[in-house]
Amino acid sequence: MEAVLEYALYLAILVILAVPLGIYIKKLMKGEHTFLSPLLNPCERAVYKLLRIDSEKEMSVKQYIISLLIFSVFGFVFLFLLQLLQGILPFNPQGLSGVKWDLAFNTTASFITNTNWQAYTGESTLSYLTQSLGLTVQNFLSSATGIAVLFALIRGFTRVKTDTVGNFWTDITRILVHLLIPLNIIISLILVGGGVIQNISPAKALPLLEPIAVSADGEIIENAVIDVEANTVTLNGSKIEGAQIVTEQFVPMGPCASQVAPKQSGTNGGGFMGVNSAHPLENPNPFTNIVEMISILLIPAALCFTFGSAIKNKKQGIAIFMAMFICLGIALSVIAVNEQIGTPQLSQSGNVDISSEMQSGGNMEGKETRFGITASSTWAAFTTAASNGSVNAMHDSLTPISGMVTMLLMQLGEVIFGGVGCGLYGMLAFAILTVFIAGLMVGRTPEFLGKKIEPFEMKWAVIVSLATPVAILIGSGIAVMLPEITDSISNSGAHGFSQVLYAFSSCGGNNGSAFAGFNANTVFLNITLGLIMLFARFIPIIGILKIAGSMANKKRIATTAGTLSTTNAMFVFLLIFIVLLVGALSFFPALALGPIAEFLETMV
Amino acid sequence: MTVKNIISKALLIFLLFTLICGVIYTALITGLAQLIFPYQANGSIIEVNGKVYGSELLGQQFTSDKYMWGRIMNIDISTYKDKEGDPVMYAIPSNISPASNEYEQLVAKRVEKIKASNPEMGDTPIPVDLVTCSGSGLDPHISPAAAEYQVKRLARANDISEDEVREIIRKCTTGKFLGIFGAETVNVLKVNLMLEGIL
Repeated sequence: MEAVLEYALYLAILVILAVPLGIYIKKLMKGEHTFLSPLLNPCERAVYKLLRIDSEKEMSVKQYIISLLIFSVFGFVFLFLLQLLQGILPFNPQGLSGVKWDLAFNTTASFITNTNWQAYTGESTLSYLTQSLGLTVQNFLSSATGIAVLFALIRGFTRVKTDTVGNFWTDITRILVHLLIPLNIIISLILVGGGVIQNISPAKALPLLEPIAVSADGEIIENAVIDVEANTVTLNGSKIEGAQIVTEQFVPMGPCASQVAPKQSGTNGGGFMGVNSAHPLENPNPFTNIVEMISILLIPAALCFTFGSAIKNKKQGIAIFMAMFICLGIALSVIAVNEQIGTPQLSQSGNVDISSEMQSGGNMEGKETRFGITASSTWAAFTTAASNGSVNAMHDSLTPISGMVTMLLMQLGEVIFGGVGCGLYGMLAFAILTVFIAGLMVGRTPEFLGKKIEPFEMKWAVIVSLATPVAILIGSGIAVMLPEITDSISNSGAHGFSQVLYAFSSCGGNNGSAFAGFNANTVFLNITLGLIMLFARFIPIIGILKIAGSMANKKRIATTAGTLSTTNAMFVFLLIFIVLLVGALSFFPALALGPIAEFLETMV
Repeated sequence: MTVKNIISKALLIFLLFTLICGVIYTALITGLAQLIFPYQANGSIIEVNGKVYGSELLGQQFTSDKYMWGRIMNIDISTYKDKEGDPVMYAIPSNISPASNEYEQLVAKRVEKIKASNPEMGDTPIPVDLVTCSGSGLDPHISPAAAEYQVKRLARANDISEDEVREIIRKCTTGKFLGIFGAETVNVLKVNLMLEGIL
């Protein structure tokens, strides 16, 4: 019962914070006065003045797309070069060498597309300069880009007979100055107070209370008697030659909190540490965990209310929010129940206590004690519903059905809240499909928000909705046909296939989480997954902006008694149905070979 | 608005926000963190009388009967070296499916080992934290149930009463946040430092 209350509170906190933030974002989008204007408006104007930007000058869709793409190209080139050259650049106390080209390509594609797939381990691969000047910057810029595209789409719906959708420079400046920078300053300071590290010291080696003995070939020697003074290791009375005694522990350091804040709030997800927010120095306790976890869905949920408020139809925003929220609730329940039940392989016919007496119990493999089942399950649902991809527990060690749900949330196209901006614009593409299909059923011209839906919009809406499934299925299809993929897989049988499917779902959905036993750092996977991330990010962006431009050009048609309501429960149901129809049916065969097969195996 | 104009604007705005979000923001947070929260910002490192005993947030491996044991650690000694070039211990998660036969055999071995070291507990089921690897591989905590399971052994091996062990565990226990969020935890390193009389 207590667990149910905990889950409910997580969801409640999210909604309570998202509503006012949504209204705030609508105000900043329109340049209206907010309580922070006196402080932030001068900063915003300083940017325009310094860069000689005419903030009032509107852009055509073509100009908006070109601006966005060129801006992203600069981000790409800069981050790629920064990684290659980090070995000769400052703020590299560990003396790490430059990143290999294929890994650098993958990581760059990953961070400019807001995916933050990590084929590397941060603490052993990237210098502090790369982390802060490269990754932290893209954590801000890629999320600002996503929100800007949503703003353009909203303008498309609200404007009548115009050729313009806003100014890209103004949009990203406002999003950064009024939203992302102040929000992340607050979040990172809260996190440091909670125990997340933030420094520029080199990593430390600190003494272990109990030393570890290691044999000459690197194996841990169990039950050995260790004499540190004499430097001898004895096992059952006999001295072991060549044994080494490890007396110190590696303690990573660095500017972590300032990277983690935008990683969480901008649905980025790329951890400072290899194991992401499961690492005790990146997420030390249940308090920092709530802050990081709520941050995952905060902006994506708020944008639903921004949308409703901006189109002057609050009910529409709530309807879209409800469709997402219902799917999230169902996914969370399935994960929570399965993780609490655990598996027969773990319970060992009752020899292992997985009850909730004085402990979380359940499937604790890959989970941290301080988060237990509740905070780990909630995070798993949030991070895959949003295209965040950070983790506080290892998804590779989820029970089969939970693993399937997290995969499915990504495969649905990251529209259950999804990424900042991109989740909502993806869902609006599905809304367009929905009114079209509903319109066909009742024999009426489809319309959405007073705008007629015509072949041009339908064409792009289909491309937007199918980009993710196509990228995932073709990518993973090719991958499993290659013999060398088996070298990357760490689990056998159906779970091994799930590892491949998860990797491609994560990159195709621009999510970034992983079944982390999968070794993705190979030339083939770095390149393929990098290309998939770029495709799944920029094709939908172009599609959405095309739709925005075409919508802005149309006249508004009057609502009549025959107009299909897009704000009632029926529409919410239809929307969920269409999302599931496209997503789930595309992936059922693949899921049957992976997690479903694995689940059925545990039953026998 | 020509393409040339867009390119120059894109470059300028990219560089400006790289400076703001990459340099100024990171420096501001680092400065404030070092000023207001120096202990947390530098890794929550336990120091007693000038001697350092590790970070309270990073798990260490304990196998001796006199120490409280933590989560199963998947130890990595090949990735990191100290200044002298000697190997330094780190740990990584298992990433193994909890529904596999391989896993079943692995857990069975752990159960056997733990039972052998805790004969006092007989056939009492072993709390799940003691037979599972954590998410980070470096979990510094175990549940109160997993701590209680080891009380009898710790009392015997350290030649103190069970109540004394329980009192130490109580001191090292942190409740749920606001009594509801997350899980109650026992810090293993702190318990062991107290058993040694260091803390």
